[in-house]
Amino acid sequence: MSDQMIVSTRKGLFTAKRNGKGWALTDDVAFLGDNVTVTLHDKRSGYTYAALDHGHFGVKLHRNKGQGWEEIAAPAYPEKPEDVVSTDGWGKELPWATALIWALEPGGADQPGLLWCGTIPGGLFKSEDHGETWELNRPLWDHPSRKRWFGGGRDLPGIHSICVDPRDSNMVRLGVSCGGVWQTNDGGKSWDCRAMGMRAEFMPPEQAGDQEIQDPHFLVQCKSDPDRLWVQHHNGIFQSRDGSASWSEVTDVNPSSFGFGVAVHPDEPDTAWFVPGIKDELRIPKDGELVVTRTRDGGKTFDILRKGLPQSHAYDVVLRHALAIDETGDQLAFGSTTGSLYVTEDQGDSWQEMSHSLPPVYAVRFM
Amino acid sequence: MAKVTFTANLMRHVDCPSVDAPGATVRDVLKAVFLENPRLKSYVVDEQFSLRRHMGIIVDGEIVLDRKALSDPVESHSEVFVLQALSGG
Repeated sequence: MSDQMIVSTRKGLFTAKRNGKGWALTDDVAFLGDNVTVTLHDKRSGYTYAALDHGHFGVKLHRNKGQGWEEIAAPAYPEKPEDVVSTDGWGKELPWATALIWALEPGGADQPGLLWCGTIPGGLFKSEDHGETWELNRPLWDHPSRKRWFGGGRDLPGIHSICVDPRDSNMVRLGVSCGGVWQTNDGGKSWDCRAMGMRAEFMPPEQAGDQEIQDPHFLVQCKSDPDRLWVQHHNGIFQSRDGSASWSEVTDVNPSSFGFGVAVHPDEPDTAWFVPGIKDELRIPKDGELVVTRTRDGGKTFDILRKGLPQSHAYDVVLRHALAIDETGDQLAFGSTTGSLYVTEDQGDSWQEMSHSLPPVYAVRFM
Repeated sequence: MAKVTFTANLMRHVDCPSVDAPGATVRDVLKAVFLENPRLKSYVVDEQFSLRRHMGIIVDGEIVLDRKALSDPVESHSEVFVLQALSGG
């Protein structure tokens, strides 16, 4: 069971630890004052990575193996040929420059040193040397459909979810806002869109089923049953039982099926958690009551979990990387845009508040 | 040689004292600076060597207008300031 987590916020990277009395934030704070967008703790190597967005000064990547943080190369796009017109799906200019590091995941157990990195404006990068150097995945970047992607919540499109299949490290699935779910079976040499069954209300009705413009907010995969995947989508909750070949919508979810994050139990593919907001145009908890929803039967029914969570005047929004689950599936934690941080040790039946005054939380990771 | 000075706020992230650098355009001058201080480059320009969105450059009192190609001229005794275009919070 994990006893440490790292919390990325608008103003620094915080650490919480579990002791005899439960979980508590520690004095270990890195990058205080700086915008930490996402982190990765790579158990294979012991390295922890932190992506920073310095605003004026651009996106940076830092690495730590217990002896302090060092800046390493951030994924960088190649020089754009002058004759290439680079636009997004709306026809807006799309710069060949990293605007945000939005996903960092390790490769498979048989790929030591290999990391995947998803960025805005839509490039996927791979490192084979623990982040020393990065290379843009050209087959996806040059895919004609990639140029159809457009921003969802951000000005430009981006890759926010990366799932490396536990059965085969060359099988990698991506969640793209807005661009659907993409899959490679050959380590990134070729890619296919795999969002059949998803539904985009933000498009004209005849285009609602267009796979390549779907907005999956977050994609997760069950470790022990990798054909089972869950997506918190802009327009609801979707699940796949066939390795993302097709998706079915989960309906009748109270209080809402809108949200950003989703967590799936590592050993129980029918068990998943969400933190709902009212709807896309009203991104706050229903009735000011912060709740977590949990299904244990593959989306047929949901528990509404509220013990330990504020039940009046709560306006927390939990972003896509800010809901985390540990390796046992018993502990979950989430942070919110209003600076709250909660943890559960009983799969969400009860929650402990660690803070209500952090900077806006962007990502939570168990170590 | 132009004298190039960087916003003090950058010092928190990367060492960047004022330096003298050759070049007939802003681009050439910055290239010369980054040759000596490679880590500084990504803090000022993006991968296409365009000025970052929230940065500004002033040469002898004039705001640099060609933010993309950085082709504005620099004289041999010019003063170049690399600054933050204030934004954010």
